[in-house]
Amino acid sequence: MKMIDLADVSKSFVLHNQGSAVIPVMAGAALNVRPGECVALVGNSGAGKSTLMRMIYGNYLCDAGRIVVGGLDVAQAEPREILRMRREVLGYVSQFLRVVPRVPTLDVVAEPVLAAGGAHEVAEARARALLARLNVPERLWSLSPTTFSGGEQQRVNIARGFAHAFPAMLLDEPTASLDATSRAVVLELISEAKARGAAIVGIFHDAAAREAVCDREIDVSAFAPGLAA
Amino acid sequence: MTPLLQVKGLTKHYGTRLGCGDVSFDLWPGEVMGIVGESGSGKSTLLNCLAGHQAPDAGQVIFDTRSDGPVDTVTMSEPARRMLGRTDWAFVHQNARDGLRMGVSAGANVGERLMAVGARHYGDIRAQAVDWLGRVEIAEDRVDDRPRAFSGGMQQRLQIARNLVTGPRLVFMDEPTGGLDVSVQARLLDLLRGLVREMGLSAIIVTHDLAVVRLLADRLMVMKSGHVVETGLTDQVLDDPQHGYTQLLVSSVLQV
Repeated sequence: MKMIDLADVSKSFVLHNQGSAVIPVMAGAALNVRPGECVALVGNSGAGKSTLMRMIYGNYLCDAGRIVVGGLDVAQAEPREILRMRREVLGYVSQFLRVVPRVPTLDVVAEPVLAAGGAHEVAEARARALLARLNVPERLWSLSPTTFSGGEQQRVNIARGFAHAFPAMLLDEPTASLDATSRAVVLELISEAKARGAAIVGIFHDAAAREAVCDREIDVSAFAPGLAA
Repeated sequence: MTPLLQVKGLTKHYGTRLGCGDVSFDLWPGEVMGIVGESGSGKSTLLNCLAGHQAPDAGQVIFDTRSDGPVDTVTMSEPARRMLGRTDWAFVHQNARDGLRMGVSAGANVGERLMAVGARHYGDIRAQAVDWLGRVEIAEDRVDDRPRAFSGGMQQRLQIARNLVTGPRLVFMDEPTGGLDVSVQARLLDLLRGLVREMGLSAIIVTHDLAVVRLLADRLMVMKSGHVVETGLTDQVLDDPQHGYTQLLVSSVLQV
């Protein structure tokens, strides 16, 4: 049983306004993750870790291959199927929080639960619990996170990412710019998600964090286009 | 499940010039689609053809009506299309003055749409009008003022209240935040997002502002010279644009 299953995935960027330059970035990428497993993507900066993650999320198109998440082939799916997958199946904790101005922190965190069909009270209770656990002071909850510090924004981002119990998750540097206490909480959240059966793909520059929660490592530089040919 | 709106081969010429050519797409219940492109790319022509404000030369606009299921609104009778425009459809103009009656009060602007679908009890109409003005953050003590006395942002919110009071299922918006300053825009975007979520609305939003579509639209359609050059998930089109024109559009946005 694989929750996330990639095979023969390739991708190149075509820059139409710069002499139609074709930049191949990935070829023959393969990856599979079982429920309850956490797989780390490793490789130097620029090796394509984030690119691969974005392709799994449907944020980047892939040129060939299959990217199956919870039974849906993201490479072939209609936009509305990908949207449903993002609401219900696959969560993504990006490095940056992107929110509508003016929306209070509590609502930002509760939103994924509502989007997945959760009741209002459940969503709010979950949001409160996560914000408290991540040490976001309660006096900030009614404010928009747009003016928060980097670390505070990242903790709001994590809370939002873990609010709904997704069966699959993508984590892009979840422990970056966090103090030791918050970092420990994030690692606990990841372990808890694994324990309930979530399949996780993560990028961690923090080697100790990677050791603590990841079961396997996949070196993305093996999918560099020159090598696979 | 059937799409709420199925558009097939929609084409409109102005004399020999092309307004929009051979546009086809499906819109599903609860989906928000953005249409972007530079001025003159045909996005407003497309929106007006979809909403029945202009007659297309060819093509179908099939709407899933409550009573009769999918019906082609292009060939539907004028009274039937007008009824749709007062009930299940709403149109938010860029310029609030085009969507409001400037000579009557804010409350009457909202109440008028209710009366057009048969509401007659003054107390109920006023209560609903006040409720809707509250939802778009217009204070109750302004209900008897005319829209002329409102700021641009308030006029736009009033127009939205007037449109949504009858509980439409599909809202067409033409540059809903155009011409408003950024703080007012943010407030309006937040409001629109909330309403779309709560009411389960589907919407088609024409804009040239990529930040607006990123926040509001699930899907994106990019137009150039009357043709759709690219479609897809909003974040995918903006982050990994495939067509040269879209790449130019995305890379031309100033960073703040």
